[in-house]
Amino acid sequence: MATIALPVEEKKKYEQEALITGAEAIAVACKLANVDVVTAYPIRPYDTVMQYISQLKADGEMDCEYIVAEGEHSQFEIVKHASVCGARVFCGSSGVGWMYAMEALTVTPALRVPMVAMVGNRALDDPGAFGVEHNDALAVRDLGWLLNWVDSAQEALDTALIAYRVAEDPRMFVPCAISCDGAFLTHSQALVNIPTQEQVKQFLPPYKRGDLLLHPDNVISVAPQVNEDWVMEVRRQNYEVTERACGVIREVYADFERIFGRKYGNPFFEEYMTEDAEVVLLGMGTLSTPTRVAIRKMREQGKKVGFVRLRWFRPFAGVELAKCLERFKAIGVIDRDFSFGSPNLSGVVATEVRSAMYTGAATRPPVLGFICGLGGREVLVQDVEHMTDITFEAAKGKAQPLTQWIGLRG
Amino acid sequence: MGQLFAVEIIYRGVFQKTLAKNITRGIVLAAHNEGKLGISFGRYGDSPERNGIPAKSFAIVASDAQTLEAGMAQYEPKQVDVTVVLDDTLCKGAESWAWYGLHPVHQALKPGGTLIVDSLQDAPTLLKGIHRRQEPYKLGIVKGVTSFSGMWVYKDDHTDVRILGAIAKALPAVVSLASIEKFINEKLKNPLKATSAHTTFERFTSMNVKPGEGNAEEPFSFQLPKWNNMRKGVSVKGQPQGGPYADPVTKEVGGFRPVRNDKFKKYSTRTMRPVVNFETCTKCTLCWLNCPDASFDVTPDGKYDANLEACCGCGICEAVCPVPNCITMVAETAFDGNASQWEAFRKDKAAYKEWLKATVQPAGERSHGFRYRGQYKEQIPAVLEIAEKG
Repeated sequence: MATIALPVEEKKKYEQEALITGAEAIAVACKLANVDVVTAYPIRPYDTVMQYISQLKADGEMDCEYIVAEGEHSQFEIVKHASVCGARVFCGSSGVGWMYAMEALTVTPALRVPMVAMVGNRALDDPGAFGVEHNDALAVRDLGWLLNWVDSAQEALDTALIAYRVAEDPRMFVPCAISCDGAFLTHSQALVNIPTQEQVKQFLPPYKRGDLLLHPDNVISVAPQVNEDWVMEVRRQNYEVTERACGVIREVYADFERIFGRKYGNPFFEEYMTEDAEVVLLGMGTLSTPTRVAIRKMREQGKKVGFVRLRWFRPFAGVELAKCLERFKAIGVIDRDFSFGSPNLSGVVATEVRSAMYTGAATRPPVLGFICGLGGREVLVQDVEHMTDITFEAAKGKAQPLTQWIGLRG
Repeated sequence: MGQLFAVEIIYRGVFQKTLAKNITRGIVLAAHNEGKLGISFGRYGDSPERNGIPAKSFAIVASDAQTLEAGMAQYEPKQVDVTVVLDDTLCKGAESWAWYGLHPVHQALKPGGTLIVDSLQDAPTLLKGIHRRQEPYKLGIVKGVTSFSGMWVYKDDHTDVRILGAIAKALPAVVSLASIEKFINEKLKNPLKATSAHTTFERFTSMNVKPGEGNAEEPFSFQLPKWNNMRKGVSVKGQPQGGPYADPVTKEVGGFRPVRNDKFKKYSTRTMRPVVNFETCTKCTLCWLNCPDASFDVTPDGKYDANLEACCGCGICEAVCPVPNCITMVAETAFDGNASQWEAFRKDKAAYKEWLKATVQPAGERSHGFRYRGQYKEQIPAVLEIAEKG
């Protein structure tokens, strides 16, 4: 992708270039971050990351506790406890496995556990399917988790390092999930620049839990039953974290750029050919690839269309995004998820974008919602062209349905 | 706005839950006989209840639907017309299992309201344990043993309807005796219970308690922290470890006293307390080892002193003590305060021996009991007599 292409002299600084999948890239990040405790339980497509970490450990390249739990619930509980005891931890899951861990996922933000997890996005059963859908990771969107979507193996590696730095910042101490689209990212090998251990050491300080450390020398009791006299105050503390989150993330990306030399620009969303665009599409994850290709094709036909790829969903940089989007005549949001019964029956991202624009934007361009690519179905170049055409119609003032299903039979 | 009434029942968790519920339901159903509307509920925060821990049940009664809604707008009534205490050991204060501190039993009682206590003791004796306050109120007794009526295997001893009779006398505006009798005859279908309610109504009297009368002790309290000054991560700082302490007579330092939670003391859960004969104690450690609340201090001379700020009165120490009558559970009504028994023993052994003799009755057969072991079996004839004769 264009924004992270490197000059030759810059590349020399890197230890090596490797042809690895997005999942393997995250495993490499875990090795570089010197993760202490990893828990695993197999489910596709997340399982590639656990396989690769076990390989690294077996080969003597990585030193960590590697625990295969008897299910995802235990998997996330074990790292939760290890993290409270001061260990840097990693785990992850997919689809219904992530849902099976849900009880453990709900408690980690309140307990201020800086767990980093990889969600290999997968459709929720039933019907059984391995392919990508974003509803699994989105299930924790209201709970205090940091949530982001990456679209390349390089970004997966970099974002894993960034995730540790953000989550373990004492101003934060909340869990962070990196979402990787099943198959398109988790199982596709690409050339990735692997940074040096020295750079990572400079970027990522050791995890220090301070007064929250559960240790015989710091006797504390964690997670007592508290009832209505305490819960609101506990929730307010997590709210405070979300108030700070954007500032901390911006700081960390600036430091990342300084140390690793790779520029991500705006951490929260990436703009592609938006400078003179009349309409834009917006989406998360690997649908960026067919979208960029389609946009280049349509540009050749003189259609002024751009693309905004949302990187961080939580925190949702609403004000900034609204300011970005208010200049376009229409916006088409591509949701690789569903939110049945939601306002306008749109997907999750479209609903959030409309909400952000209602308060943050000076204009009221139509925000169309497209449901596309569910269950791992490909988002085709012609699908993107179709969505763009509909968005242009809306820009011309022709009313369009607020939610449409694209790439559907029938 | 029409007429609005609130009645609260303070009871022992689990043991008296059904009894308390039967009373608050009875109030609402009886008042409904005269056209009033009401609701009955237990305090949600008390659930899941712990054995014996102070808990509350409420009845709200109103003359019309809108007034009732005004009463329901605050979930837990902050002011009540009548407070009923179903176990007189609660008169020393009630600490719920949430972190509220110790509340005087009349905390929610309106000025001039009536405090009704189920007890075998008289009002002036009970008043010694009830915290003083600035507003006057009335104190009345419904004579009876602490009842588990309605619970599981326990006999129905008519405590529910006797309390209803007393409420009709104390506050006829909320419900009349006739409405209560109608409720009993139609819903409970037991004429004998109607007689019990009637008899209690006729016998119930109350004394006026003046401002400042009662127990001078300041109940322990604390401020809940604010969101921005409380610890993060739902974590609570552990207590420091504690350590040895001094013998009040020899000043010799030894033993071990753990530092205990000063925000959750639990002692109002207790209906009986362990009384220790330090002369026969063999220092076997079993009480200290088995106490589920780490209530025992190790004394400088190596004995075990039940710390009465921490003891819930469960009686496990008595059960595991291998020496006959060395630890005996005694009804809480016999005591004032939570002073150390061992210190009293060290200061004056002869006086302590006399006190032991006067306080400890032989435990007898070890059957279950609320105030002491064997109590229930012993009380059945008395309970049946109250039930039959009212």
